[in-house]
Amino acid sequence: MAELLQFTFSGLTVGAIYALVALGFTLIYNASDVANFAQGEFVMLGGMVTVFAMAAGLPIGFAALVAIVFVALVGLLLHRLAIEPARGASSVTLIIITIGASIFLRGMTAILLDKNFHNLPPFFGSEPFVIGGATLLPQSLVVLVGVALVLLAVWLFMSRTLLGKSLLATAANRTAAQLTGINTSAVIGMAFVISAMIGAVGGILVTPITLTYYDAGTMLALKGFAGAVLGGMGNPIGAVVGGLVLGLLEQFSAGYLSSQYKDAVAFIVILLVLFTMPQGLFGAKTVERV
Amino acid sequence: MRRCLNSPFLLILALGAVVALLPLILPSNFYVRVVAIVYINALAVLGLNLLMGFAGQVSLGHAGFFGIGAYAVALGPVYLGLPGWASLIGGTALSGLLAFVVGRPILRLSGYYLAIATLGMGVLISMVVSNEANITGGPNGMEVPRLVLFGSRITGSLTWYWISGITLVIGALIVVNLIESPTGRAFRAIHDSEIAARVLGVDVARYKLLAFVLSAVFTSIAGSYLVLLDGFVTPNTTSFLLSIELVVMAVLGGLGSILGSIVGAAILVILPQFLTVFHDYEHAVLGAIIIVFLIFLPSGIVPALASLIRRGPA
Repeated sequence: MAELLQFTFSGLTVGAIYALVALGFTLIYNASDVANFAQGEFVMLGGMVTVFAMAAGLPIGFAALVAIVFVALVGLLLHRLAIEPARGASSVTLIIITIGASIFLRGMTAILLDKNFHNLPPFFGSEPFVIGGATLLPQSLVVLVGVALVLLAVWLFMSRTLLGKSLLATAANRTAAQLTGINTSAVIGMAFVISAMIGAVGGILVTPITLTYYDAGTMLALKGFAGAVLGGMGNPIGAVVGGLVLGLLEQFSAGYLSSQYKDAVAFIVILLVLFTMPQGLFGAKTVERV
Repeated sequence: MRRCLNSPFLLILALGAVVALLPLILPSNFYVRVVAIVYINALAVLGLNLLMGFAGQVSLGHAGFFGIGAYAVALGPVYLGLPGWASLIGGTALSGLLAFVVGRPILRLSGYYLAIATLGMGVLISMVVSNEANITGGPNGMEVPRLVLFGSRITGSLTWYWISGITLVIGALIVVNLIESPTGRAFRAIHDSEIAARVLGVDVARYKLLAFVLSAVFTSIAGSYLVLLDGFVTPNTTSFLLSIELVVMAVLGGLGSILGSIVGAAILVILPQFLTVFHDYEHAVLGAIIIVFLIFLPSGIVPALASLIRRGPA
């Protein structure tokens, strides 16, 4: 029982980060039909920039703020310099452009910062809570609460603000949104900025637990993408659930079966889900127009 | 020029001529080896292009087949006592068989769901070779016994240049023949619209499976060649990054273009050799080049340039 609880804690912690990556992925995908493979780099940059801002003498809160603003800027530049100029290209071409961007960001990070592993101090100490025989690090709690707050903020933004609604309108039908006077290009840029910020927050929250380095984004992008697809591409709730499920699957199979094959179990489950539900867990059935 | 671009068989002839004449001007063994690696990658990209460019199905897991080919020629001789060439054929058959078995359920998916399913398949294969260290050497890799044909050891860059070059020409010939046939038209119909193709009586599932199996076979042979040339195999031959690299080569050169497969492979193999002069900036420059190329030539280098030439100088 204690074991089960332990694996659930660690699964939820890891899964929460996958959920954030998957959510950022979904936001951009909905607004622009681009599957952004540089999403993992946002997470990596969030952690790395915070580490270096702290090393430069900033207190952690301020350093985190600097990192979030910086990554938001990277997101904006990614849209303005790489995605927007290629408007009208096929989706495969756009995906390869984002892959190019992720290679570029990784390369620049390795040069401008460094190639070492970095850690952040836990926000509220490292004395673990003991719950039902299982231990829970305060930082895991920070991750879970932080991710919940981000989700709440995104939901409020989408449902309560005019900007959020313009994003939803653009996602639903770009031409129609444009006809109602929405500047869709600016809205898509905003989706990149929000996704970048979500990624950066995820990176800052999780770095005290998992460490970070310039190449940490690849695996995160892969897992986030898998989570988003598992939940049903384009569905934000599906993305969050998919990310959490992926994290839990990974930790349970690492704990009960084999840590070497933890990713294998996750992908086998994804394959089985897709074979029975080709649109993912929450995906809407789409009809192809001829 | 126009006719040359339109006739695929002339393209094969030109490719054959390039393969035959290039060794005369390559200044050193190093370059011969680099070009051989270009040919080997081009062979894999050609297969992938059949699937992605012609039949319109994405795969992010082709490194899995590359790795099966690679490990077949490493494990076959050591554990089964098979000669190298038999291991190569065995690996190719295994890749084709695997593609045949997993292809049916996987190819029912489309778009991003297909991308994730193929990615999952690749990750599973990769995980087996990295984790079964007592057989495969794990992350450290293992030596690949030299290929022996007719009693002589096949080694040296120039020998492999000829083997890979000739195989590439044959591969291109097969692809050209295929896409000019009813099968090729079926592929293109599926690419344009699966439902329209089905309405017209195309057995969509069967043709998709055919494209998947053929692309797996091409990629597997390329994997075998590369590690036979290197004399060493590591799990990198199965990695997710290699799958991505193959897709980047196909898209950069031009989806649905045979010449594009070769150009894409050439750029991604040769460029890093020159980028080493940028030292640390290598990756940043590579990423920037990919972005810039695709912004200005979004349909890929060869199709975009071909349409420019066809339109004539503006």
